[in-house]
Amino acid sequence: MIRWEWIPANLGQLFAALVDHLILTGIAVGVGFAISLALAIVVHRWRSLYAPIAGTAGILYTIPSLALFAFLVPFTGLSLLTAEIGLVSYTLLILLRNIVAGLDSVSPEVQEAAEGMGYTAGQRFLRVELPLATPLIVAGLRIATVTTIGLVMVTALIGEGGLGQVMLRGFNFRNYAAVYAGAVATVLLAIVVDLALVALGRLATPWARARGA
Amino acid sequence: MELLREVADWFADPARWTGTDGIPNRLVEHVTLSGLVVVAALAIALPIGLYIGHTGRAAIVAIGAANLGRAVPSYALLLVFFPFFGLGFGTAFPALLLLAIPPILTNTYVGLRDVDRDTVEAARGMGMTEWQLLRGVELPIALPVIVAGIRTSAVQVVATATLAALVAGGGLGRYIVDGFALQDDGRLIGGAVLVALLALATERVLTLVERRLVSPGLRGGSRPGGQAYEMAGQAPAPVTTGV
Repeated sequence: MIRWEWIPANLGQLFAALVDHLILTGIAVGVGFAISLALAIVVHRWRSLYAPIAGTAGILYTIPSLALFAFLVPFTGLSLLTAEIGLVSYTLLILLRNIVAGLDSVSPEVQEAAEGMGYTAGQRFLRVELPLATPLIVAGLRIATVTTIGLVMVTALIGEGGLGQVMLRGFNFRNYAAVYAGAVATVLLAIVVDLALVALGRLATPWARARGA
Repeated sequence: MELLREVADWFADPARWTGTDGIPNRLVEHVTLSGLVVVAALAIALPIGLYIGHTGRAAIVAIGAANLGRAVPSYALLLVFFPFFGLGFGTAFPALLLLAIPPILTNTYVGLRDVDRDTVEAARGMGMTEWQLLRGVELPIALPVIVAGIRTSAVQVVATATLAALVAGGGLGRYIVDGFALQDDGRLIGGAVLVALLALATERVLTLVERRLVSPGLRGGSRPGGQAYEMAGQAPAPVTTGV
């Protein structure tokens, strides 16, 4: 019943969908990271803003994706913008929490040492606090990225979806080979991207490797 | 404003409140499916989590479950199960169940593991049996973390039960899927409002339960529920998740 031959005959289409999936994920995590970093810097300085900002991000995070897309469609249509607004809003809570936790993990002694060496607040942030926060930031990026890869599938319902689109079309036309191919490709994509982020994290924190050895 | 009127009209229609496609029935379907899934997930994940957490054996299962749960999207599971289980409940139930197990399993394990080793030693020194230790010491201390896992799981299930409409299941997701198909904005937004409210209410109620369950001896410090799912993922991650 399952037409497995569909898979080798449509590798091109699968690859194109995979690339689409990766681009949709990349935009969402990239934009989400930029917003979260800005918010984290604000929160780091004015701590009283953390609860309301994290609370808002938490509410966005709790709203089911299908409902969020449904809210957006009458305004932004069945478009890439609708998909990305939804996807970005799901990354915020994860990234914000991890960036703030990372910045908080820098010990006061280290900060004082940086000040003693004559660093300005900006230099201290860029050269001391941010690098030391990197492991937690990378951990957040990993979770946000893997979660987003899963959520991109749901955007198939609003006309995007990458591999989710392949699965949905396969589902609608009772072409289960496409459903399975899409599912397996998505899981593999999540695993590969996750490993890539781990490797990037190692590259970005050479001092941690030196200490670990 | 046109849109608001459409939504208001949709809610005001008397047909909305009776019959199979009425809100009360769809809400009952949604809550029943979610409830059954969470109960089944508890029955499976809790004993395994308690065993792994208490003995420290096979920890890889708990950590692997957390990572796998994140990598395999529920949307994919629904479509993958469909050829085997057909339309409706038969497909939605196992797909949601697989989604519901990891947070409970992981949090139960992490909750027990995080109980101070000195406390465990003291309990053993007092001559407690393993069973007494689990019931009288480990479980009460770990309870808020376990409940945080149940909350994560339940909110995910309620959120994802929306997608069950894709495989012709019932529930509030029907309105959204049908709203898209019929390009009926009133139904679409109406359904979205209901689904969002249900998810937020689930999260709220279980957060309150979780706070009440903090053992009196542990109150005053930081809320222990907050960090658990995170450690298993090797990082601070959200405790609650909509999908």
